[in-house]
Amino acid sequence: MAELIFNLSKEGKCAFSLPQSQVPSYEIDEMYTRKDDAQLPQVSEVDVIRHFTNISRRNYGVDQGFYPLGSCTMKYNPKLNEDVAKLPGLNSLHPYQPEYQVQGALEAAYELTRYLCEITGMSGATLQPAAGAHGEMTGIMIIKAYHQSRNDYKRTKMIVPDSAHGTNPASAATAGYEVVQVKSDEKGLVDINALSAMMDDETAGLMLTNPNTLGLFESNITKIAKIVHDKGGLLYYDGANLNAIMGIARPFDMGFDVVHLNLHKTMSTPHGGGGPGSGPVCVREDLTRFLPKPVICKKGESYYLDYDRKDSIGRVRAFYGNYLVYVRALSYILTMGPEGLKSASETAVLNANYIMAGVKDNFVIPYDRFCMHEFVLSGIEQKEKYGVSTLDMAKRLLDYGYHPPTIYFPMIVHEGMMIEPTETESKETLDEFIGVLNKIAKEAKEDAQLLHDAPHNTYVRRLDEVTAARNPILKWEKEQDE
Amino acid sequence: MRYIPVTDRDREEMLSRCGADSIEYLFSSIPEEVRLKRPLNLPSAKSEMELIRYMQSVAAKNSNTNGYACFLGAGAYDHYIPSVISHLISRQEFFTAYTPYQPEISQGTLTAIFEYQTMICELTGMDVSNASMYDGASALAEACVISSYSSRKKSEIIIVEDMHPEYKETVETYLKFRGIKYMSMTVEQLMNADLTNTAGVCVQYPSFYGDIYDMERIGSYVKQSGSLLIVCANPVALALLKSPRDFGADFVVGEGQPLGMPLGFGGPYLGFFACTKEHMRKMPGRIVGKTTDVDGKTAYVLTLQAREQHIRREKATSNICSNQALCALMATIYLSVTGKEGFKQVAKRCVDNAHYVYEGLLKTGRFEKTSDMPFFHEFTVKPKEDIASLNKYLYKNGFIGGLETERGWLIAVTEKRTKEEMDEFIKRAGEFNG
Amino acid sequence: MKFTKDHEWIKKEGKYAYIGITDYAQQQLGDIVYVDLAEEDLVLQQGDVLCAVESVKTAAEVFMPVSGRVIEANHELEESPEKINENPYEAYLAKITIDDETELDELMTEDEYNQFLESEAE
Repeated sequence: MAELIFNLSKEGKCAFSLPQSQVPSYEIDEMYTRKDDAQLPQVSEVDVIRHFTNISRRNYGVDQGFYPLGSCTMKYNPKLNEDVAKLPGLNSLHPYQPEYQVQGALEAAYELTRYLCEITGMSGATLQPAAGAHGEMTGIMIIKAYHQSRNDYKRTKMIVPDSAHGTNPASAATAGYEVVQVKSDEKGLVDINALSAMMDDETAGLMLTNPNTLGLFESNITKIAKIVHDKGGLLYYDGANLNAIMGIARPFDMGFDVVHLNLHKTMSTPHGGGGPGSGPVCVREDLTRFLPKPVICKKGESYYLDYDRKDSIGRVRAFYGNYLVYVRALSYILTMGPEGLKSASETAVLNANYIMAGVKDNFVIPYDRFCMHEFVLSGIEQKEKYGVSTLDMAKRLLDYGYHPPTIYFPMIVHEGMMIEPTETESKETLDEFIGVLNKIAKEAKEDAQLLHDAPHNTYVRRLDEVTAARNPILKWEKEQDE
Repeated sequence: MRYIPVTDRDREEMLSRCGADSIEYLFSSIPEEVRLKRPLNLPSAKSEMELIRYMQSVAAKNSNTNGYACFLGAGAYDHYIPSVISHLISRQEFFTAYTPYQPEISQGTLTAIFEYQTMICELTGMDVSNASMYDGASALAEACVISSYSSRKKSEIIIVEDMHPEYKETVETYLKFRGIKYMSMTVEQLMNADLTNTAGVCVQYPSFYGDIYDMERIGSYVKQSGSLLIVCANPVALALLKSPRDFGADFVVGEGQPLGMPLGFGGPYLGFFACTKEHMRKMPGRIVGKTTDVDGKTAYVLTLQAREQHIRREKATSNICSNQALCALMATIYLSVTGKEGFKQVAKRCVDNAHYVYEGLLKTGRFEKTSDMPFFHEFTVKPKEDIASLNKYLYKNGFIGGLETERGWLIAVTEKRTKEEMDEFIKRAGEFNG
Repeated sequence: MKFTKDHEWIKKEGKYAYIGITDYAQQQLGDIVYVDLAEEDLVLQQGDVLCAVESVKTAAEVFMPVSGRVIEANHELEESPEKINENPYEAYLAKITIDDETELDELMTEDEYNQFLESEAE
C-alpha cells in the first residue's frame, strides 16, 4: 500500500477543475514570479479519497471507544453541534463584514460569553484565545497589566504547584514572569505553609487548577485565596478540570480572579487530532478593562464590537477567536441546560470513583480517598516487583482496543497513570475497562515480557523515538524512497 | 439526558461499590462556603428540534457569502472549498481523535501532518515546517519572539509596514509582555536604518494593501546586517510569486485559511510556520518525524518534544500545546486535490480576476489608484464616495464590498467570482453617487 | 576529577578544564538525542547555565561548576550526541579556563560524590 499521497502522484492526474476563464489573462512581471513550481502531488479524486480514508483507519477516535485520558476530558462530541457549525448562516461569514450584516453571529458569541461567565461566576469574557495554553497566556498577561496599572512593577514572580501541567509555567514565562514552584503536601494538596512562606509582594499571583491534576479538590482554597490576596496577588484558575464542578461550585466563589476554559474539554467540542480548540478567558469585574479587544457588547437589542478599550492588553491573534468551535460549545450548553451540566459533573465524578474502587486491589492508589472527575494510580508495585513499567501497561491497553490514559503526569507520582472517564461512558464500558486493567495487573505478574513487547496488535508497534529525535526527518523527499 | 448513559439504577450500584451513601458524599471535599447554592442561571435544556430551530434563527440574522458575492479579503478569503474536504474530515477517526501522543494508534493523524509539513516546505521554500499554530498572526508573533532570543547580542524586532494591523497588534502584545523592544517602519526607512541591535525584521508578502515589494532588495539588506528575515506570506500567492527562500528568509509564516477552510467568522484558522534547517530546534509547536517501529515498519511520530512545554516547562520557547490539526488536515487535502497544476491555476485565476476588476473600477473614473506597485489578488483604490455608504449600496445589490482602510478601499477577488458578478460589481460601484 | 550536586564533572588539564555530565546523569536522561552546545568565548559564573542536553522525553540544563570562560564546545557531539551515553567521562561538553581555582575546593571528590548518590537514593 502506498505510504504517502506523494507516492500516488503521477503527471497528468488531476482532482480539480475550474470553469473556463472569461477574463483576459494577466501576467505579473517575471521579476516577481517563481521559476520552479511547488512540487505538490498530482493525483485523482479517487486517490485522495482512498488515501485519506485508509490512513484514517489507523487512528482511534472517541466515536469508536473509550478514551480515559486524565486532564483531557475526552467526552462524546455531539453530532448535533456539527450540524450547527455547518449552517451557512454561521460558517460562511467573513469576519470583517459590517456589524449590521452579522448580528446573529455577534448574538451567538455574546450569549456564549454570558453563559461562560455564569458557569464560572465571572463578569466578563474574551473568546479570542485559540486553545487552553493561549488562554493561559492571555490570562497571565491580564494579571500583569493589572499590576502595572497600579504602578506595581516589582512583582516578577508567579507561583505554580509542582503538580501543574507544563503549560502553566510556560505560559507564565510568556508574560515575562519568573516561575517559582510550591510543593504539594502528603495529602496531594498545595502545602499551605510553604505557600504562605513564599507568597510576598514580589509575586504576581498563583496559578491553580481545582480540582488539581491529581483529581483532588483543594479544600483549603479559601485560605489559599486569602494568602495570595493579602499580599496583593491575583489567583488564576486553569479550567482544565472544570468538568468536575459545573453547577456545584464556581471559581469566582472560590476566590479566583482570572479563569480560562477549554471548550474542547469541558464543552464537548471535538479534539480534531490535536486542535482546533478554544480557550476563552473570564475575569472579575474590575479586570474586564484589560480584556483583549474587541469585546462583544450589547446595546439595546443590537450587538457590536467594542474597540474603544484603552487598557486592553491588545490582541493575541487576528479576528475574534475560533468561532466555529464556540458555536458548538454554545449548542452544547443550550442542549444540556443547568441540570444537564450539573448532572454531567456529578456523573463524571461518580464514574472516576467507580473505576478507582474497581482497581484499588491491584494498583497502588497514592491518595486513597474519594477523587473528583479523575484519579491517579501508581504502577510502582508492578515496577518494583516485576520490572513492568506504567508505559508497558499503557502500551498493553492498546492491544485491548483502548486509548491509554495519561501517563507519567503529574510528575509528583512515580509511575503514574491518570484516568478520567468523563460522564459520557456507561457502567458497562467502565466495568469492561476495570476488568482489563485488572487483567493487565495479572499479566504483569505472570508474563512481564508480554507487556515489555506491547503493543502487539496495533498497526505499528513501539517506535524508535530516539532516532527520530537524533536524525529528524521532517518531510518527504523523493530521494528517501530510492 | 442523551449524552449521559448512566441510569439511576446504575448510580445506586456504583455508589454502593464506592462505599458512598450518595453523590453528595463524593463531593464532601468541597467546603460549604464555596458551594453554589442555587441552580445555574442558564436557559433550560433544549431538545434537538428546539436547538436546531434556535440556531437556524440566529444564523438567519446573518448575510452570508452564499447569498452575497464577496469582494472582502484583508486576511480571510472566500475561496472555493472542494467537496471532498468536508467528507474526509468528518470521518470520526480524524475528527474525534486526540493529539497523537500514542503513535501506535495515531498513524492517520501523524501521516497527514507529515504530508502537511512537506507541502508547506514546498510552498514556502523552507527546510522544515511544524505541525501548525493557531493562526497567521500568532505564528508571526512566535517567529518574532524566537528571532529575538536567537542571539545573545541583539534582540530588537522591526515590523515593516504595511503589515496587517491586527497582526501587528498581536506581535506587539507578545513582545511587550516579554520586554522585547520593537518598532515599525516603512520599507524606505528600513533601508536606511541601522540594524546593529535588530534580531529580526518581519515583512508581509504581499503587504496588507496588496503591494508586492522588491523582496530581494529588502532581504539582502536585512541579511547583510546579520539580522533574521521573517516573511509573513499569503499561501496562495506562493503558488506564483518568488519563493521566500530566494530572498533569504529565515522564517516563513502566514495564514493557511485560504487552503480549504471556511471563512467561519474568523476561525478556526491555521498558522503555518516554516524555517531553515538552522532554526529547526527552536521551532515552537508540534513536529512530526519519520521513523520505524520494532518490526522495521515505516511510521510517524511526534518528535523533538524536548523543546515543548510539557517537558521544558518555563524554559520552553513557547507555551503552545496544541496545533490546529484538523485545519492542517483540511489544508493537506486541499493541496492534494488542487495539486501542482490546480493550485497554480487557482492562483492565476485570482490574479486574472483581480486585475480585471481593478481595470474595470479605474475605467469608471470614480476610483483612483493608490499605488504603482504590482499586486497579486488584492488592491486598494480610493473611491470618490464614502466607503461605508458605498458598501451599503453594494450590499443592497447583492455584494459584500471591500474593507475601509486608512489608504482606501481594500478589495480582494478570488477564483470564485464569475464574470457576471465582476461586471455587475464594477457597474454598481461605478454608478453609486452617494 | 571533581563533582557537583547537579551531576557535572570537571577535570583540570594544564591551564584548561573539561566539563561533562556523570554516568548517573546520562542514565537518568536516557538516550541523548541532542546537545545544545555552549556558546564559545562566553564568560560565565559558577552556577550559570553552560548548555543543555536533550533526550527523547527530557531536557536538562548543565551548570558551570566554577566560574570561567568557554574556550571550545565539543563539536563531535553535534553528529554523535550518544557518545555521552557511551562514555560520559570522555565525552566532554566544553573546554574552559577557570577564573578562580579556589572554587574547585568547594566541589566533591569522587568518593564524596558516590556517597552523595547513595544518600540521595534513600
